[in-house]
Amino acid sequence: MKLTLRIWRQAAPNQAGNYDSHELTKVSPDLSLLEALDQLNEQLINNGERPVNFEHDCREGICGSCGFLVNGQAHGPLAATSVCQLYLREFKDGSVLTLEPWRARAFPLIQDLMVDRSALDRLIAAGGYCSTGTGQAPDGNALPVGRQQATSAFDTATCIGCGACVASCRNASASLFVAAKLAHLGQLPQGQPERSTRAQSMQERMTQEGFGSCSSNLECEAVCPQEISADWISWMHRESLR
Amino acid sequence: MSGLPSARIPTGPIADAWRRTKEGLPLISPLRKGQIDVLVVGTGLAGASAAATLAQQGYRVTVLSFHDSPRRAHSVAAQGGINAARSVAVDGDSISRLFADTLKGGDFRAREAGCQRLAEISSGIIDQCVAQGVPFAREYGGSLATRSFGGALVSRTFYARGQTGQQLLYGAYQAMMRQVELGHIRLLTRRDVLELITIGGVARGVVARHLLNGELEVYTARTVVLCSGGYSNVYFLSTNALKSNASAIWRAHRKGALFANPCFTQIHPTCIPSGDDFQSKLTLMSESLRNDGRIWLPMQAGDMRAAADIPEAERDYFLERMYPTYGNMTPRDVASRRARELCNKGHGVGPGGRSVFLDLTDAVARDGKDAIAARYGNLMTMYQRISGDDPYTTPMRIYPAPHYTMGGLWVDYQLMSSIPGLFVLGEANYSEHGANRLGASALMQGLADGYFIAPATVTAYLANSSAKEISSEHPNCREAVHNTQARINAVVNNRGNTSVDSFHRELGALMIDRCGISRHAEGLRDGISQVQTLEQQFKAEVRVPGEAAGPNAELEKALRLDDFFGLAQLMLRDALAREESCGAHFREEHQSCEGEALRDDVNFAHIAAWEYSSTGKPIRHAEPLQFTALKPSTRSYK
Repeated sequence: MKLTLRIWRQAAPNQAGNYDSHELTKVSPDLSLLEALDQLNEQLINNGERPVNFEHDCREGICGSCGFLVNGQAHGPLAATSVCQLYLREFKDGSVLTLEPWRARAFPLIQDLMVDRSALDRLIAAGGYCSTGTGQAPDGNALPVGRQQATSAFDTATCIGCGACVASCRNASASLFVAAKLAHLGQLPQGQPERSTRAQSMQERMTQEGFGSCSSNLECEAVCPQEISADWISWMHRESLR
Repeated sequence: MSGLPSARIPTGPIADAWRRTKEGLPLISPLRKGQIDVLVVGTGLAGASAAATLAQQGYRVTVLSFHDSPRRAHSVAAQGGINAARSVAVDGDSISRLFADTLKGGDFRAREAGCQRLAEISSGIIDQCVAQGVPFAREYGGSLATRSFGGALVSRTFYARGQTGQQLLYGAYQAMMRQVELGHIRLLTRRDVLELITIGGVARGVVARHLLNGELEVYTARTVVLCSGGYSNVYFLSTNALKSNASAIWRAHRKGALFANPCFTQIHPTCIPSGDDFQSKLTLMSESLRNDGRIWLPMQAGDMRAAADIPEAERDYFLERMYPTYGNMTPRDVASRRARELCNKGHGVGPGGRSVFLDLTDAVARDGKDAIAARYGNLMTMYQRISGDDPYTTPMRIYPAPHYTMGGLWVDYQLMSSIPGLFVLGEANYSEHGANRLGASALMQGLADGYFIAPATVTAYLANSSAKEISSEHPNCREAVHNTQARINAVVNNRGNTSVDSFHRELGALMIDRCGISRHAEGLRDGISQVQTLEQQFKAEVRVPGEAAGPNAELEKALRLDDFFGLAQLMLRDALAREESCGAHFREEHQSCEGEALRDDVNFAHIAAWEYSSTGKPIRHAEPLQFTALKPSTRSYK
């Protein structure tokens, strides 16, 4: 199939960027969008041009490295899909796809489609853990966890830290990311001792890092590759009042 | 460096040997630990768990990762589960059974004391992870749930849906981030480790390239802990993440660390097959699917009918037929080899006849779609996304793909390599998996190394070392930087016309053909000269656009591939020297008339440990393996 990729190219944070159009005249619909970018990069390298820089690694939707906007949508048009799992068969022959990086104050641009998401790690460092040391653990069966409870905690723990929720939010809020971590730990008995302080410190850090607040547009839920529910954001607000 | 150091295996009965060893190890006071620098390379399960634990003990830990976040390390992609002998299911499991399964699964090519230790530690790992908030699957009553995995007849695999690696990694990552916040860990992301620094033959630091500004940085410490993962990407197409690489271990090998059994590489039977030339990876479908999935091929060679049109009587459930006891749960090497044989005889399905059916439709009919979705939901979705087929109604098409490397840097019982002060953990080392790793054992080993073994043995090493701090201006540091810079310049200034990936694709095709599921002497010999030729072409013709300063993904790939060329040759040499079939290493010359592997315990019951030589002729050392608790038997899964 044929594909036109309009890609945001910016060599460095302090330089101006612009969209460059590239044609892929023969590309297999069984490739992923990232593999189409690989193919384009091979063309660019053969022409002696600088290849497009984008984050990627596992290419099976679990590492959370990849992510950019495809025609204005974080991770593209398919629900519950990170962009490495977006296959060209989802698009019509001859489509024009506009690819641009996550845009958020807390995610400074590095190059082309690549941004710095280390702020998410600093949110976790602010309290996204159980303060237990190695060797201090009681028997794993000492505290029973009901199946329902374990499943619900798991559902929120699946967040891959891709940043799509931030990129799609008009306030560039990390509320869904923080809420997911609070809900994961807050639903398990192991997370109880630090539950009240965790919510507060993670939300404070969110503000410090330059993320905005939630105004309930629910875009985050719509783009989340792991389908984490935005209901957890309301839950988070209640947590802060505990 | 010359010869093989002592493996420091404890004497006496292997049961409880680890506890006895640990009790004899020297300690360091918590106060003094605060003045000791430790360097950890990699943030997967082994690296993150080691870093968190060493920092908790009081060391000043510096962690290097090439990712933008430690949470992205490839352990995150492990799907199925983690083994532990907890004997709660009253199905007869015990530490000695897990020990025996691991040793037998590895075809008696691992140290029994190591396997025993792993089995003894396994249960504590689960407790540790639960305490961190890892949301393991639970029974309705609230206790931990288990499932069974290939190569075992008991249910001892703990899991978190199909994302166990992710959840365990996040547990370790979060524990590590807590130590970062407490100021005990200096976390440095986007750093590629390109050289090991040794002083007087002792590991004292690394040279790393900052992946954003391209600068070479020196990090020194009293000890270096390598947790940089495996090298399946030597095959180009594998289940590994695209940036997984062997540079850190290969550079350490060149500096004197022995490389053990490099030819032991695992080809996983259940992966989504390749299609287009630009396909960049092979995605794993967890082995756990074999609990409910049945593997089959058409009885008739060349049968191109859709799966649904092939009647039951014309289907060959070949694993169930050949191995009635284990059936679809035979170990990975056996399942892979049988699938390949039948595909080579023309029974394969899909494009080019390079796949077999993994059929869950019987299980869907039996248990209902919801039950199957609850067990394997994310895998089913992933398969559907990639292939475009619905696995609930149509059998999946799968084919073996390189997945894990049992080989790695040689380490002694205390996980120290042949370079004093250099510890190697997780997939990067050669340890308990022998010639073949059992499913759900990688997570167990990575975490055993990081949480429980290295923190004790690294301390013991440091207690006995009197090394002083060194400055990054030390001549050896400068020399390491200089050499690394020269390598980078050579690649960047090369005026070739061919991309890195096209060379890597070629190397991969060659390696999977010569040193994949089955090997023979002639192919291996040819392979060595072919890799050498390709390496020469690479050096002459590769094109890396852009500069060394600033982000340059092509440069990163070129440096990794440069290291893979050396490693590929060592793998081929090792496979050629090992004149037997064992585990994942299947030599066509050494098989029974039924096509089963013929192991040679008289001549090859040893670990091959290769010493680097700048002449291009590495030296093979042999560490004999002794078996006292379990006598080697022929692996039989019939």
